[in-house]
Amino acid sequence: MADGPEARTRPPVEDWATDYDIFDPAYCADPGPVWAELRERCPIAHTERWGGSWLPTRYDDVAEMARRVPALSNQIPIVVPPVPFTDPDTGEVLRTRPHIPPISSDPPVHTPARRLILPAFAPQAVERHEPYTRELAHRLIDGFVAEGRCDGAVDYAQQIPPRVIAHLLGLDEGRADDFIAWVRGILELGATDPELRVATAQKIFAFFGEEVRKRRARSTGDFISQILDGDLDGQPVDDDHAVATCNLLLIAGIDTTWSSIGSALWHLATHPADRRRLLAEPELLPTAVEELLRVYSPVTMGRIATEDVTIDGVTIPAGDRVLMNFPAANRDPAQFPDPDTVVIDRAHNRHVAFGIGIHRCAGSNLARMEMQVALSAFLERIPEFEVDGEGAVTWCGGQVRGPRTLPLRFGAPR
Amino acid sequence: MKVRVDPDKCQGHNRCYSLAPELFDVDDLGYASAKGDGVVPPDLEGKAKLAAANCPEYAVVLDDGA
Repeated sequence: MADGPEARTRPPVEDWATDYDIFDPAYCADPGPVWAELRERCPIAHTERWGGSWLPTRYDDVAEMARRVPALSNQIPIVVPPVPFTDPDTGEVLRTRPHIPPISSDPPVHTPARRLILPAFAPQAVERHEPYTRELAHRLIDGFVAEGRCDGAVDYAQQIPPRVIAHLLGLDEGRADDFIAWVRGILELGATDPELRVATAQKIFAFFGEEVRKRRARSTGDFISQILDGDLDGQPVDDDHAVATCNLLLIAGIDTTWSSIGSALWHLATHPADRRRLLAEPELLPTAVEELLRVYSPVTMGRIATEDVTIDGVTIPAGDRVLMNFPAANRDPAQFPDPDTVVIDRAHNRHVAFGIGIHRCAGSNLARMEMQVALSAFLERIPEFEVDGEGAVTWCGGQVRGPRTLPLRFGAPR
Repeated sequence: MKVRVDPDKCQGHNRCYSLAPELFDVDDLGYASAKGDGVVPPDLEGKAKLAAANCPEYAVVLDDGA
């Protein structure tokens, strides 16, 4: 939920086609009706809020935009205007836009930066982290199962991705609380609070600067060491690139997946028929995960027009921001029959929750594995659960949408 | 029926590989290709169609000889 000063004082939206607000609390909680209306009336909406942007809502428009590279550039992949990154000691401006390779670049810079990280996220590499993830999920459940209640977002969903990404990168799992705070400082609270965003980025860059220094002195064989030993089209990876890449992997690997796990738990808590079917037919889980990703897609990415771009009759002027509304694309009835309904055995599902085109989420296989393990462990241990007061559920949105508090209660544990 | 993956379109979503590992391989970067000569045994034709229908990039191409 947006919580900066502007978030509390700004006027309500009167027309979503010309004045949408991606941080509006009611929109964050349930954006589907707004998208359905816009798709019919004004499929590419515009707003002056939050630095101004364009918001597509149709699947085909989003897919076409994703392929307009570099006319719609990834130089600024966030959904709000960038703030200058400054040296914490001198205040000197070091960068004017995000430095999170590969997602903050277009080809040709993008291509080798992406190749550097892809091997760690291929299916066969991700499989190696599954036993750890399963043990972690059960350890977390052990912590609250006897109480008969938990916060599915805070106590469970939020706790898994920071530890899995720490495990993958070779970081201390004990820093998970810091990682969670940093991610919220960038993507959630920081989205509407530029000072918090810069201060948080400074902490992250300082942390990874130290981690990189340690591995330069003595390689530890973990993924950060592999990045340092890798190359960018034959050129060595410098510290700056390594630190910035780690920054991306930490930020992108945490609140996205935690939102997906949280949304899936919310769905299963509020749709007992789906939950019981998954319990009876656990082989449906991979298909169900894709469907939950479709309906509750967490991530919206930003693009910047580097030239005038016309999509579906709308001309986006050079310099304007576009929000790649993958979540709305995934609810388009032209692509998905009965789009707002979770059909857990939906067989044809060309969803774009992880984006589409050259910037497809590099961590998608890891996210899927985490979701499958998190849900199967929870269902195994706590087959019956429900929301403990619907009014207590809170959602955040903007760049990443998902529940931030999700009180659950359940019966006798297994 | 034969199946192939258009390498210019594949972006490594791995939907085909997870749905039909009998028919697809992935390389070290996660990009997919058809296994062997791409010939689909009759009992796997349903899986081949499923893989094609779930690829967000329309990169999985079926050739049913028609």
